Amino acid sequence: MQIWAIQTLNSLALGGLLFLLSSGFALIFGLMRIANLTHGALFMLGAYVGATVMAAGFGMLTAAASSMLVIAIVGGLIERLILRRLTGNPQGQVLATLGLAFIIADFCLVVWGGDPIPINTPDMFQAAVSFWGLTFPMYRLVILVISCIIGIALYLLLEKTRLGAMIRAGVDDMQMARAVGIPASQLFTIVFCLGAGLAGLGGILGGPIFNAYPGLDADMLPLALIVVILGGVGSLVGTFIASFIVGFIYSFGIALIPDLAYVILFLPMVIVIAFKPTGLFGTIRT
Amino acid sequence: MKKTATLLVVAFLISIPFYSGEYYINLGSQMLIAAIFASSLNLLVGYGGLTSLGHAVYLGLSAYITAWLITKLGLGHAQTAVIALTATTIMGMIFGWIALRATGLGFLMLTLALSQIFWGLAYRWVSMTNGDNGISGISRPSPFGVNLDDSNYFYWFVLIIFLASIFIISRIVHSPFGVSICGTRDQSKRMTALGFNVWLIRWITFVLASFFGAVAGLLYVYFHKYIHPTVMSITSSAEALLCVIAGGAGTLTGPIIGAFLVMILKNYVSGYVERWNMLLGAVFVFIVLFMPSGITPWAAEKIRLIRNKFE
Repeated sequence: MQIWAIQTLNSLALGGLLFLLSSGFALIFGLMRIANLTHGALFMLGAYVGATVMAAGFGMLTAAASSMLVIAIVGGLIERLILRRLTGNPQGQVLATLGLAFIIADFCLVVWGGDPIPINTPDMFQAAVSFWGLTFPMYRLVILVISCIIGIALYLLLEKTRLGAMIRAGVDDMQMARAVGIPASQLFTIVFCLGAGLAGLGGILGGPIFNAYPGLDADMLPLALIVVILGGVGSLVGTFIASFIVGFIYSFGIALIPDLAYVILFLPMVIVIAFKPTGLFGTIRT
Repeated sequence: MKKTATLLVVAFLISIPFYSGEYYINLGSQMLIAAIFASSLNLLVGYGGLTSLGHAVYLGLSAYITAWLITKLGLGHAQTAVIALTATTIMGMIFGWIALRATGLGFLMLTLALSQIFWGLAYRWVSMTNGDNGISGISRPSPFGVNLDDSNYFYWFVLIIFLASIFIISRIVHSPFGVSICGTRDQSKRMTALGFNVWLIRWITFVLASFFGAVAGLLYVYFHKYIHPTVMSITSSAEALLCVIAGGAGTLTGPIIGAFLVMILKNYVSGYVERWNMLLGAVFVFIVLFMPSGITPWAAEKIRLIRNKFE
């Protein structure tokens, strides 16, 4: 029983992290039609930056804030300096992000070396909580809570603010949005920074679970892609639910049949794609 | 003119082992294998207009099946080759069916996700694949009693398969079917209106690409006599895509030249620095930004301009 409960919590925590990662990807993809393949690398860079900040003696909160900020700036630079030159060439954009993903990953290897860098759970969350006669590691609950809060904040941002209304308009019909005077250029940069920042935040928050290691990017990117394909583009709710579906399948898969965990991941994606190519909740056909 | 040039190039390729050292002959074999692989991907990317980021899975799958059958079951080379090519092509049929539910970026994401799953499988399904240790102890075949452990003979063996593959691919793309592939790339709606089954044409292209990818995988595992999960990684898929894009997608010679350049770059650079991935990334960004149609079309354009100047 204890094992099942812990696995469930692990799945929820992984789902939360996947949501941070994929919501940024889905936002960028939905608005700009860019499949940002640097997303896994930005997640890893976020973990490394956070680890460095924490190694300098700062707390988790400072680390998270600085990771998010640094990665958001990196994202903004990528958008402004490179992707902007390739407007209207989606294949060129995706290839450029692929090249950048290699550069970022190799940069991390140069700076932080090949050995995994452990990221400690903050002291205040190291305790275990127990209820219903079961004990849970507290940090996983914290991740779950944080990702839910961010999910709600994103929802409010998209549904209740002026910026959100502009983003939604851009997702639905970019040409009309431009025609009614929505500043698409700034919007693109903001959304790219936001999406990248979320990936960076996911990286540092996931640090105590995954650590920062070379190859983290390649482990996370396919999970993000599967989440987005499953949940459907253009739907925050879809991304949220798909994150937890993938989180569950992956955690339980690793625990029960470690050899084939990756194949099990692939089944729900195939089933959904076969019957509903737009994904579970998507409105836009990728 | 074109025929003479082709014959000269072929004669040159055949003659290489007569005056080159072992290192260069082996590099030549690797270049030819990479060229077959890039040409197979070019069917999809260049002619079909479907950018796949998971093509390494076919090379890897056919290599792994070969390695597994030879080392674990002790099957002969002829049977192994047939099984590996068939199984990989069937896998291509299944993957194609899934990935072609989407086009454009969705297709790219699906192929990437599918290949990453197999990459993860190769790493983690240790009982089958030996995980990170890879599978070693694979022997080379000896067709008609020719010992392919000799690097000269192996080079010629690869060259024969290379020429045959490129010949078949060129027949395909110049056939009416090949023209219809380009049609689905350029004007898919009009093709549908003309009564072509666009989906089926794309799917057949996908399967053909996976078959030639499997051929490259077979040669790859014969060359290295060893197989490791990194052959299925996104880096290898990206390398192949770089060969195609850098050389010139949608041309016959482009991917071959691209593959030669990338292999030379990789071999020389990895001899001096460890930073192959960073260089690969930088070349990618450079090509996309400054030479989007690839080296071959770019050079052809330059030659045409110079010629015009003289006339």
